[in-house]
Amino acid sequence: MLDDKDRIFKNLYGQGDFGLEGARSRGSWDGTKAILEKGRDAIVAEVKASGLRGRGGAGFPTGVKWSFMPKAVGDRPHYLVVNADESEPGTCKDREIMRNDPHLLVEGCLIAGRAMDCRAGYIYVRGEFIRERERLQAAIDQAYDAKLLGKDNVHGYDFDLYVHHGAGAYICGEEMALLESLEGKKGMPRLKPPFPANMGLYGCPTTVNNVESIAVVPDIMRRGAAWFAGIGRTNNTGTKLFCISGHVEKPCTVEEAMGIPLRELIDTHCGGVRGGWDNLLAVIPGGSSMPVIPAGSSGCDDLLMDFDGCAKHKSALGTAAVIVMDKSTDIIRAFARIAYFYKHESCGQCTPCREGMGWMWRVLTRMADGRAEKREIDMLFDVTKQIEGHTICAFGDGAAWPVQGLIRHFRPEIERRIDEYTRNSDAHGAIRVAAE
Amino acid sequence: MAVRRVAPPKLQPKDFAFTAENLDWAKKQVTKYPEGRQQSAIIPLLWRAQEQNGGWLPEAAIRAVADFLGMAHIRALEVATFYTMFLLEPCGKKAHVQVCGTTPCRLRGADAIFEVCHKRIHHEPLHVSADGDFSWEEVECLGACVNAPVVLIWNDTYEDLTAESIEKVLDGFAKGAPVKPGPQIDRQMSAPVGGPTTLKSVKA
Repeated sequence: MLDDKDRIFKNLYGQGDFGLEGARSRGSWDGTKAILEKGRDAIVAEVKASGLRGRGGAGFPTGVKWSFMPKAVGDRPHYLVVNADESEPGTCKDREIMRNDPHLLVEGCLIAGRAMDCRAGYIYVRGEFIRERERLQAAIDQAYDAKLLGKDNVHGYDFDLYVHHGAGAYICGEEMALLESLEGKKGMPRLKPPFPANMGLYGCPTTVNNVESIAVVPDIMRRGAAWFAGIGRTNNTGTKLFCISGHVEKPCTVEEAMGIPLRELIDTHCGGVRGGWDNLLAVIPGGSSMPVIPAGSSGCDDLLMDFDGCAKHKSALGTAAVIVMDKSTDIIRAFARIAYFYKHESCGQCTPCREGMGWMWRVLTRMADGRAEKREIDMLFDVTKQIEGHTICAFGDGAAWPVQGLIRHFRPEIERRIDEYTRNSDAHGAIRVAAE
Repeated sequence: MAVRRVAPPKLQPKDFAFTAENLDWAKKQVTKYPEGRQQSAIIPLLWRAQEQNGGWLPEAAIRAVADFLGMAHIRALEVATFYTMFLLEPCGKKAHVQVCGTTPCRLRGADAIFEVCHKRIHHEPLHVSADGDFSWEEVECLGACVNAPVVLIWNDTYEDLTAESIEKVLDGFAKGAPVKPGPQIDRQMSAPVGGPTTLKSVKA
């Protein structure tokens, strides 16, 4: 288990004060001026050396992303945008950062802003996080009052930070849709290229980072890249917030080292799977967009919770939101509900996604009852392949993968249900429930 | 994709204007964005208009906000219909209950919460109860999955619910004395039940 002294989120459960005084007592805002004076190249180099990979789902190295920004500020200002539109089912880590330790994020924004020569930053909080938004704003106000942010601040680097919010659209977590939304439009993703580092917010160079990626930066700068890189495995370094939901005894959010075995994570912090490890049916390791991993020796038993560990099982770490399902779960219904989520949240811009999401949901709903034909399983798989990679943004992929994972691992269950339904049918159609 | 339309004319108020206090607030919001980019403030402004109007957004408010920001009405209407937290029809006066129905909440028993809403409020979502006080809808992930099942009422989430505790939460709103938001069981935010397994050596 990760040692308490190696934890970054020391107020994860709101035991202490979220405000400036509490944050200072936990080590925030200590020596920030010296960090900023190292200059942009040194900060980017340190973050690159730490091996930090983006915590928003794709796992792109944060330092490398920062280095894509233009080397000098031209006639267009640079912007930092923080993606706090945390809406992936299963994911609730940024919420804890914003409501319990917002100064980690605020200080991180200043350092990240310095690393990319930004003079302004926007934090885009999802609409549902109302109290979290208020907390974050309160923290920013405290920082302004203490002259830690704004014009002529004590750090000698002018930087303004603003909180913006959405109003209930999952798609705004996609960086291009987020920028559109921040500009006051519908959240419909733009085509890339041009990438945001060239043409982002208001047509200016912009970098969009996840809350957790930014919030760990002050600690990396203070404790050194080697400390962060020493936790976890090669290419999968550092600590990570895991949110374990579903069928465990005690669901919780917890900070752990990358690469922790799934079983250890669940047994240590969540009191085990409901009904014991053998009662486990499957796990979605990284939020609803990621393919399911079944229980057993070729699945969850040796699953290491990091980017490479999940990729080995044809899934992905995503946001490290572990959704646990025990053997009482109606797995097809669970995935039909995920398909409904994507149907509801599709922005409607690309035809394969707009039409495909509803189609997949309807077919899966029938399959949950067994009201389908076996050839439709292959057809469904084929349709997911036609959606994947054929849309402007990655939403189509994220909706297709869970269905592909379901078919890959639970085809026998789908077939069994179809058989059961047909067995119970008569000349007038199927009767599923006995008349009473 | 959700198809959403503004409420029928008979439900629409004739006009809408921000209160003096909200107007001041709106003017300050616009200053967050660079000059000429005031359109960026549309979501916060529509939100405030919705709050001022008792929880739903009439067409007059959409027009008023568009005029305030110097946008075409249709652009503001696009935003209002795209983002699902803007309620386009009247909702319950005492509470509009947004119940999370996504898989992690369903796994922890959200079905029971829906049953209570069906029985107690209305059998259909987005319909106001007979007394006009309550309404409910199924929403997609509220982002509190380790505290499932969750509902959002106005500005607060009520977490770790059961069929009994959601009744208590609704009773609270009916009486005008809402219960304490957050987990409805003995639990510290998102820590495991029974106390954190980590951070024990860190002073609060």
